[in-house]
Amino acid sequence: MADRQRSGSGRGMLLISGPLLYAVVMLAAPMAAILVFSFWTQDFLNIDTTPTWANYREAFSDPIYRELMVRSLKISAMVTAITVLLAFPVAYFISFRVRPERKALWIFLVTIPFWTSYLIRVFLWKVILGYNGVLNSALIGLGVIDEPLTLILYNFNAVVITLAHAFAPFAILPIFVALERIDRSLLEAALDLGETRLSAFFRVTLPLAMPGVVGACLIVFIPTIGDYVTPRLVGGPGGLMIANMIQTQFLKLNNAPLGAALAVIAMGIVTILALVFLALNRRFLRGRS
Amino acid sequence: MKGAGLRVYTALYLVFLYLPIVLLPIFAFNDSTVIAFPLGGFTTGWFAELAAVEALHAAVLTSVKIAVITALVSTLLGICAARAAARYRFPGKSGILGLIMLPLVLPEIIVAVSLLVVFLQIGLPLSALTVILGHVLICTPFAIAILNPAFQSLDVSLEEAAVDLGETAWGTFRLIVLPLVMPGVISSLLIAFTISMDEFIIAFFLSGSDATLPVYLWGQFRFPQRLPVVMALGSILVLLSVLLLVLAELARRRGARRRGALDTGGFL
Repeated sequence: MADRQRSGSGRGMLLISGPLLYAVVMLAAPMAAILVFSFWTQDFLNIDTTPTWANYREAFSDPIYRELMVRSLKISAMVTAITVLLAFPVAYFISFRVRPERKALWIFLVTIPFWTSYLIRVFLWKVILGYNGVLNSALIGLGVIDEPLTLILYNFNAVVITLAHAFAPFAILPIFVALERIDRSLLEAALDLGETRLSAFFRVTLPLAMPGVVGACLIVFIPTIGDYVTPRLVGGPGGLMIANMIQTQFLKLNNAPLGAALAVIAMGIVTILALVFLALNRRFLRGRS
Repeated sequence: MKGAGLRVYTALYLVFLYLPIVLLPIFAFNDSTVIAFPLGGFTTGWFAELAAVEALHAAVLTSVKIAVITALVSTLLGICAARAAARYRFPGKSGILGLIMLPLVLPEIIVAVSLLVVFLQIGLPLSALTVILGHVLICTPFAIAILNPAFQSLDVSLEEAAVDLGETAWGTFRLIVLPLVMPGVISSLLIAFTISMDEFIIAFFLSGSDATLPVYLWGQFRFPQRLPVVMALGSILVLLSVLLLVLAELARRRGARRRGALDTGGFL
């Protein structure tokens, strides 16, 4: 097998060259371009290509950008924590309680909402969480509250709830895959050796599922930070995030270089946090690929 | 940890997941211009109104055109990458695949603005073409993720037998490999189509005057009186994408069975 694989090295390179070329031209080059661009300046429609730190100085000194960045990180961190915590029992249920031939159906069931129009889904959360919304009407109808709740729309909380819904399958799938890989005989051994079900879960299942949990955290955290639609539709002024500011700089204020600098800073922070997170969890990831 | 508690929790979780989709048709058939409870009477008027909006028809046409081309190109790139990953070893393999898969986790706004900067600098006018270029980039990783299991579980000895019996490399690929991975290819085409039809941010930045369906929808959100029609349109879209997904899932399962692999499910 190894020999066979090696002999086709040239053909492998040839096959991968298409997708690689596309990724270099459409991904790596534009990312490099935006980095260069963030050091330029724009005066109305004229681009000045003299390199300068001005955009970065402005991005770090103006409190509005700092506030948006901190808020985006807070929202992403909360969304990640909530989504992963809520998703774990579901992944566990599908992996440990559902009959093997039904698992694919369950995973399909969990992923369907993810594939339906993102815009419409976010908009419907506005309908659900609104002043006369589904949730308030239901709670008033049930006599739980007298006045409609106002703390659930056009703010931080609304953004967190909506994003936690949008990224649910992203959290369930990696955890499910990690749980599926666990050798069930290890659990039997733990129980035979006198562990209770609960301690077996914490000492065997959870540590072995950690690569999935770490993966789920990253795959929720990284894209969430750049979400534009949710904060715009349900966030109100107190729930806007950094992506909204990037869009404003590019399409409304004609200050694309500053927008580029904000995008670079956001990506830089996310990359550093992701690497730190991976380093903190390296004892769970060691020896597994 | 008890079975019953976990079952109830999972059921509640599914209610949470499906809540928005279940509400959609309720408001689409609701005879009131306000999207809220209590409901008015029953009407199919909002669906009838859809037929009369010309801007909508143009947007649907643009989106379908973009999605078809995106699905074909990204699946083709996906086949190359998945085949190379499964069958061959070459220098820098994991780094190269990492770069190609990167858009899966990259925030879409980063992809959108970086492409916008490049297209504006080289003077490529924003149009359906620029949207396609962006969509292929984000759909290819999904295509690879779907095609990978198909290519990984192929039995190499089948191909060797074909080569030993005098078939050319291309003939082997066409007659042996392609039929075995075909369900995966179909699944990949359908998923890429669905993603492209639904994608908003990249289209929002790169479509220029060729508004796609999500860009059109976004514009409609500003007009409260248009919202019931949007609900009707949304219902149709959800129905269609569920239909496409069921087809994709059936294709994927048939492929798994055909290769005799154990079906543990999931697109990702």
